Amino acid sequence: MRMDHQLAERWIAPHSHVLDLGCGNGDLLAHLQKKRSVTGYGLEIDEDKINDAISKGLSIVEQDLNDGLARFADNSFDTVVMARALQAVKAPDVLLLDMLRVAREAVITFPNFAHWQNRIHLGFKGLMPVSEALPYEWYDTPNIHLCTFKDFEQLCAKHDIHILSRFAVSDSDKGPSPLMSTLIRQAPNLLADVAIYRVSKQKSV
Amino acid sequence: MNARPDNTSDQLPKDTSNSTGSADKAGSVGVVTPEKIHFAEPLTLECNRTLQSFDLMVETYGTLNDDKSNAILICHALSGSHHAAGYYSVDDKKAGWWDNMIGPNKAIDTNQFFVVCVNNIGSCFGSTGPTTINPDTIDQTGDSEPQVYGPDFPLITIKDWVKTQAMLSDRLGIDVWHAIVGGSMGGMQALQWSVDYPNRLKRCVVIASTPKLSAQNIAFNEVARQSILSDPDFNDGHYIQAGTYPRRGLILARMVGHITYLTEDAMKAKFGRDLKSGKFMYGYDVEFQVESYLRYQGERFSKNFDANTYLLMTKALDYFDPTRDYPSIQLLDSAAAVQLEDSIAASINTPKSTLEDNLVSQDDSESGNHQELTALKSAFAHTKCQYLVVSFTTDWRFAPERSQEIVNALMATGKPVSYIDVDAPHGHDSFLFDIPRYMGAVKGFLTAPFMTSNSITKGERS
Repeated sequence: MRMDHQLAERWIAPHSHVLDLGCGNGDLLAHLQKKRSVTGYGLEIDEDKINDAISKGLSIVEQDLNDGLARFADNSFDTVVMARALQAVKAPDVLLLDMLRVAREAVITFPNFAHWQNRIHLGFKGLMPVSEALPYEWYDTPNIHLCTFKDFEQLCAKHDIHILSRFAVSDSDKGPSPLMSTLIRQAPNLLADVAIYRVSKQKSV
Repeated sequence: MNARPDNTSDQLPKDTSNSTGSADKAGSVGVVTPEKIHFAEPLTLECNRTLQSFDLMVETYGTLNDDKSNAILICHALSGSHHAAGYYSVDDKKAGWWDNMIGPNKAIDTNQFFVVCVNNIGSCFGSTGPTTINPDTIDQTGDSEPQVYGPDFPLITIKDWVKTQAMLSDRLGIDVWHAIVGGSMGGMQALQWSVDYPNRLKRCVVIASTPKLSAQNIAFNEVARQSILSDPDFNDGHYIQAGTYPRRGLILARMVGHITYLTEDAMKAKFGRDLKSGKFMYGYDVEFQVESYLRYQGERFSKNFDANTYLLMTKALDYFDPTRDYPSIQLLDSAAAVQLEDSIAASINTPKSTLEDNLVSQDDSESGNHQELTALKSAFAHTKCQYLVVSFTTDWRFAPERSQEIVNALMATGKPVSYIDVDAPHGHDSFLFDIPRYMGAVKGFLTAPFMTSNSITKGERS
């Protein structure tokens, strides 16, 4: 169970109607259906992952997120989830606004480019960062719009998007140690490599 | 005619490794025998005519389980038949039209499922149709010979077929189908099932299909029909009585249809501009390989199909509209309805040139699309099954966008639906090819755990 999946679950109300952008093999959606009895759809573009998710009994629609969400009407969903796909789309700002058009609330996770390991890579080694959260070389990475927590929060402010919750984590199967958790709370933009944001156009939901 | 169902090219692509030898029979359902099932009860059709009784030719594969919960219905396309899988004898070289899909351990696994394929009425492979004897012509005194229906056979709709298939379900004792699966025109039947009998199927697989035919689709069908109707041997459809056969018309109809099943790239790869004799002959005989191929396919088809059936099938395609019982205009608000009526009224009194401009104007097409979506949503609102919709990237007869209309309407009503757009080079014919990704999705969908929570409709969402 990935940390960010576990955390996303906390913010999804039981029986909500959910859209999962870049749902992969449907692990999160299956988890939410089991734990939260949600309904909804996953959008994915990887052929094998789609078939894998379909065979779990999930509703998966093949779609490139770069094509936007025009096929969905305003407020079609309670929550739209996007795990680690924001940095890979052509226009993250447009997609973010589109997400908050089709759903009241969005839960977004993305890798933090300002994580200390990345800073070491770039600042001292002079190399594009390669890490657990960002495992690609610069020339073959799908991550074309990397950002930091600060960058994301500035974008939200610019578009009057309210940050309802934020959770910074260290990407590890076990989760961070208690000491690390405390330190991350002090300096998330430096120490956390993945963040989960819950955002909305409305102040309180 | 009751011809032996032949796998015409759109039903069995030539260059697949489809089971052709005895060695491959091991992987198939083996030797199968069709069964004719008689229905003595009258059947009133959408056109308001009634068949006093009718027969359905049926094939089944696999075993029905005790609680009759493992049955899958296969709906065939335009030139298809009940012979979807297996062989008619140990020496039979030609497998059923969907043998790569249906069989032991295949996507529709006959070790697990009881598979039923039915030949639709109006067809020419044994079910009641234009080539069967019209009971009204049976003279009790024996003075005159009984006649086949011919052109007097009523026009049939997809909805009529679904009704006969539901009657067959009753006869087989199958209350709820595990799944109903169809490609092209078969996909339309599957879709219509989900709308007309929402409680009688759990899963619906709609492959290379469309929510309704476009003007261009109807145009191609009309060319095909005119080819047959204008053949002097057609004799107003009474060719059997007249001892003629509109062979040329049927060949032409098939040739134009066949072009729409393929793609420009596929034709280029297969024939290019290759000449049969290597040089120009400066005449109208067959010169290019593509001409030879089309004529051969047309010839072959004309020998195994019936002209009246072809006419009837193309009309059934044209008439298909699952939203027909759910008129969209009632769903529009009154202002929009008035506006729509005004625009229709205006267009009738508008000079032709302006009308043509209107036809392509963005506003009109957008409001048209919106109306289509509204109508589909209304039709799908009470469906209860899970859907798998499949399209193929190079299909221009029923393009991926048409499948996406179905998907969008289902998602807008909160229905469980999965959709894949399979990259395949064979155009519309792709649905008959053994493409691993496509077969894998169908198999996965049919065997997936049923997510009951996701099948509970949350109601209209937009």
